[in-house]
Amino acid sequence: MAETLPIQESRRFEVRSMHPQKFALWLFLITVTMIFASLTSAYIVKKGEGNWLIIDFPDLFIITSVIIVVSSLTMHFAYLSAKKDRAFAVRLWLFFSGILSVAFIGGQYMAWGQLINQDIYFVGNPAGSFIYVFTGLHIAHLFGGIIFLTIVLIRAFQNQIHSKNLVSLEMCATYWHFLGGLWLYLYLFLIANN
Amino acid sequence: MSVTEELSHHDDHHEEHHEQGFIAKYIFSTDHKVIAKQFLITGIIWALLGGALSVIFRLQLGFPDLNLEFLRPLLGKWISSNGKLDSEFFLALVTMHGTIMVFFVLTAGLSGTFSNFLIPLQIGARDMASGFMNMLSYWFFFLSSVIMFVSLFIETGPAGGGWTIYPPLSVLPQAIQGSGLGMTLWLVAMVFFIASTLLGGINYVTTVINMRTEGMTFSRMPLTIWSFFITAIIGILSFPVLVAAALLLVFDRSFGTSFYLSEIFIGGEALPNMGGSPILFQHLFWFLGHPEVYIVLLPALGITSEIISTNSRKPIFGYTAMILSMVAIAFLSFIVWAHHMFVSGLNPFLGSIFMFLTLIIAVPSAVKSFNYLTTLWKGNIVFTPAMLFSIGLVSFFISGGLTGIFLGNSALDINLHDTYFVVAHFHLVMGSAAFFGLLAGVYHWFPKMFGRMMDTKLGYLHFWLTFVGVYLVFFPLHYIGIAGFPRRYYSFTNFDAFSTFTDLNTFVSIAAIVTFGAQFIFLFNFFYSMFAGRKAPLNPWKSNTLEWTTPRVPGHGNWPGAIPKVYRWPYDYSKPGAEDDFIPQTVPYSQTTSSNFPHENELAKSEGAEEGGAH
Ligand code: HEM
Ligand SMILES: [Cu+2]
Repeated sequence: MAETLPIQESRRFEVRSMHPQKFALWLFLITVTMIFASLTSAYIVKKGEGNWLIIDFPDLFIITSVIIVVSSLTMHFAYLSAKKDRAFAVRLWLFFSGILSVAFIGGQYMAWGQLINQDIYFVGNPAGSFIYVFTGLHIAHLFGGIIFLTIVLIRAFQNQIHSKNLVSLEMCATYWHFLGGLWLYLYLFLIANN
Repeated sequence: MSVTEELSHHDDHHEEHHEQGFIAKYIFSTDHKVIAKQFLITGIIWALLGGALSVIFRLQLGFPDLNLEFLRPLLGKWISSNGKLDSEFFLALVTMHGTIMVFFVLTAGLSGTFSNFLIPLQIGARDMASGFMNMLSYWFFFLSSVIMFVSLFIETGPAGGGWTIYPPLSVLPQAIQGSGLGMTLWLVAMVFFIASTLLGGINYVTTVINMRTEGMTFSRMPLTIWSFFITAIIGILSFPVLVAAALLLVFDRSFGTSFYLSEIFIGGEALPNMGGSPILFQHLFWFLGHPEVYIVLLPALGITSEIISTNSRKPIFGYTAMILSMVAIAFLSFIVWAHHMFVSGLNPFLGSIFMFLTLIIAVPSAVKSFNYLTTLWKGNIVFTPAMLFSIGLVSFFISGGLTGIFLGNSALDINLHDTYFVVAHFHLVMGSAAFFGLLAGVYHWFPKMFGRMMDTKLGYLHFWLTFVGVYLVFFPLHYIGIAGFPRRYYSFTNFDAFSTFTDLNTFVSIAAIVTFGAQFIFLFNFFYSMFAGRKAPLNPWKSNTLEWTTPRVPGHGNWPGAIPKVYRWPYDYSKPGAEDDFIPQTVPYSQTTSSNFPHENELAKSEGAEEGGAH
């Protein structure tokens, strides 16, 4: 049956290889993205069905947004310092990033207080509940980031982070920037849909 | 509860002399082959349990007057004093049957087994990208299994809101007992299940992309690997959505939020919840749920492609078309979810859009069916049990897929939705088809898994009883569905209009029990052959793929020496001019000059050049 034999593609590809752990991290980020994408879609669907509240977002969100952007910057500085083998600077910048993330979480917590002052509770109209879910779930992921950061910081103190050994810092930074971007997305999403 | 543990227990004395201890080797193993077997055995146990549950509710449906007193030792208080099955427990049985089969057997048992076993062996890798994550994936599944299993035995019974756990029923413990602790355990179990699936999926994708052996380009990958790869991607994109859906459900259940609840009266009392929408859950659930049905089916289709091509002694017809149709199915599976919601009050205009998108899926599905048939056409078919099960899969895929076209029509679905017609549809196209894929895979790769052959005669017997049995069970359900029988009803004896179907229901139940019984032939064959089967030759099916180049029982690292290099695609069967009717992937073109196509002769030259240049 020579006529039915499919012709095999002849071009040869080089087998590509990316660092498997980094690759897996990206896949993990996709799963997190899907969770938030579905939650924000749910928000739109629910809002479209009516029975909705208009909410004044806490102005603290602006401050926390700035904080998280700055922490992304400091994380990037840590990465640049590691590339140049400046061990002390790496530790310092990582430490700053950690402090800023704690400040961010504190800010979000106080923002919840501002919501409560408006009588918007977690339990109540979903318009309000969604805000708690978005921020809360984001913070839950940030806790993971802080644990990751702590591990990297410990390794930095053991002099294990330098220009020849960047993988863990790079992965930590990727996750960190992702979380920053995620929060900005959520905030802009809320503003755009109010 | 792991049988692997039990079975290998008496072995542990001589295992102690090996480099790895018993625990590291068989229990907390990071070897993909052991993990695959763990998934398989756990999946088989779940399949038996899920099947047994269905026999219990089929007894109720087929013999409404039967005295079920004899089940009391097993079910205790769920059998009432006059020997009847508790009606709420009936719902719990249906729910657990669906959950177990869809998630634990046909997702974890199928993908978990064959993706783990075949990906490294067929792409030429020593193991998965991360053995640790892989081990974690199994143990999350195990934990999830334990929790789900425990929920069967609690006071208020397991979850009872259907495998789709629609709110408000699943949110309100006042509504049925099955929405109490059973539902909580269901949700907890599913959290671990999703974690397991995602860990597995991330690993599969990473491995396929990064760890293929030299020469194993995407265009030379076996269709099994393609299907596992695409399945894993679907899982990575869809399971997180179930996380979101379940998270909001948990908040509604345990914290009093109102995402899915609004204006509900229950027991004469108004609930405080305002502003939510149960339809929202349906959207979220089916955004996972529809892709999930393909997560179940695609690995089975991949396994079938491989087995049908090998045993027809012909190249798979339309290799590229097979890949493209899987990609198309994967893509479309994300944009058809609302066909499960045609009668939920969905805007009819939206309904017609989803109808259109749904019917498009018939195209790639048909492409796949035709390609199976054209591969079989005029082949030198070798009827191994695996081959029979693969052909059976194609049969179910076609007969069940056809009814999908009826259901996909938003006007017809008004009549058919939530009837036994739907039950018949998905049991053929998903349940039975994927089950046959699983069985075909076990028969085909058993020699590689355990180094021994399964008994062929028993395989034939198992096949024919199951194949005929499945049709006898599910074909009549179409008529019952068209007659208007709603699914998930405890009893139909109060409806005069349905009384003419009583005999048919009895018939279905008997067929179901016989078919379930036939599975014990398989179980016997499986465990008996594992220890006493004939020793397997290295390449029992004369197959081209890489796993058959490993030792009879591959050890840690799969190949004792170097990993073989790949020179060609895996479907060079009966190539004109070739000596044998198969040319393994490891044979360079330079050794097959008599059968090469002109462009392959070109490749043969560069093979030599490369070899020379490399050193
Ligand atoms: C030609 C392709 C197909 C079409 C057009 C189609 C269409 C549909 C439609 C419209 C429904 C909803 C019926 C209702 O609830 O009223 C449905 C249900 C279902 N389909 Fe399909 N289907 C197709 C193939 C498949 C395949 C390949 C699978 C699985 C591998 C599958 C699995 C299911 C399941 C599990 C359900 C029922 C879920 C439930 O309500 O519990 N279908 N199908
Ligand atoms: Cu569907």
